[in-house]
Amino acid sequence: MSIKHGLLALLAPGPKYGYQLKAEFEATTGSAWPLNIGQVYSTLQRLEKGGQIEADGVPDDDGRVVYALTPAGREELAGWFRSPIAQESRPRDELAIKLAMAVNTPGVEAREVVQAQRRQAMSSLQSLTRAKATVPEDDLARVMVVDSLIFAVEAEVSWLDRCEARLRKARTAQTPDVKTPEKEAVQ
Amino acid sequence: MTANPVLELRNAGKVYGEGETLVTALHGAALTVAAGELVAVRGSSGSGKSTLLHLAGGLDAPSTGDVLVEGQALSGMSRKELARLRRRSIGYVFQDLNLVPSLTAAENIALPRELDGTHAAEARIEALAALEEIGLREVADRFPDEMSGGQQQRVAIARALIGPRRLVLADEPTGALDSETGEGVMRLLRARCDAGAACLLVTHEPRHSAWADRVVFISDGAIIDETTADAPAVLDLGALT
Repeated sequence: MSIKHGLLALLAPGPKYGYQLKAEFEATTGSAWPLNIGQVYSTLQRLEKGGQIEADGVPDDDGRVVYALTPAGREELAGWFRSPIAQESRPRDELAIKLAMAVNTPGVEAREVVQAQRRQAMSSLQSLTRAKATVPEDDLARVMVVDSLIFAVEAEVSWLDRCEARLRKARTAQTPDVKTPEKEAVQ
Repeated sequence: MTANPVLELRNAGKVYGEGETLVTALHGAALTVAAGELVAVRGSSGSGKSTLLHLAGGLDAPSTGDVLVEGQALSGMSRKELARLRRRSIGYVFQDLNLVPSLTAAENIALPRELDGTHAAEARIEALAALEEIGLREVADRFPDEMSGGQQQRVAIARALIGPRRLVLADEPTGALDSETGEGVMRLLRARCDAGAACLLVTHEPRHSAWADRVVFISDGAIIDETTADAPAVLDLGALT
């Protein structure tokens, strides 16, 4: 999660205080990724050191300072918007590792591991959907953030559905006396 | 368990064929759907979810157990009584072929009311009110092929719940629709449930199942698990809600 670029983007319309940036970051992303104020200030310090932002004017009575983008900061921000995010930066997927281990570990029922995860993922999807129902559809920033979370969890559910079907098929193949019902299809 | 469920399956099972060819499509299914509740069924093809929906809708009789709609057991009913219950108490929404092509949207919605014995003029007033409620007043006099897929499905939902009906069985109602249109249909189904309808939904799309209060998982002809809507959120969405 690039807090750095998020803060640069929030500074694009004009100079802002650190606490303002925290509030706007959370408002824009719908609090999906809450920030603590310490993270904000340490990021601002790094950006200032890197010459991408600068203190604008003198500190106020409380010692708070307004930050503004430098030309280098604007260039960095433009570059960020131009470049798509690479997929390979994903950390090791604990779930995939767990399922791979479950299939091959004696005494572990892989279908139960899959089902526990399906239930969890489906519940998450339900709570995200309930949250989405309360966001006005014209609040584009928030709707897109919630959609991003929803589509990511949905991908996990779809993958787990597939895992369940694979495990079921594998088990049926092992025990030929189990008959699969064929009567489906409504219409 | 819920008080006064609109739909209740008691230990319902279904077998097809006999002897060597006997296939258990569903066994021991216990499920209730209360007024105001949207329940989604998830399972791979062949899991028994369509059988479950057929039994729930009285389109097929269970081999074991019983199905109750509005507290009435379907098992004791004559064909005629069953047909009457299907027509008067249950609305069906399928992936397609929902509307009568030669009738307008308003006529399609009014049809079940006319079959109930309501006067045509009165049925039309009810149909127009139903269209108004779902924000589709302008399609009242259009035929199905003059409406978009999403509009047709929304009209089908309005028709399913016209008059005293409050149970809707939906089988892949978003199947033929794009993502955004499908979401519109789900929002309507959710709104109708929030207004007191009971809905049993089969959909292969996790995103659409997620509009449900409960998601029931079915596998090898048995209900194996379910989620509830009160599960804790994985993310802090405080500012969203």
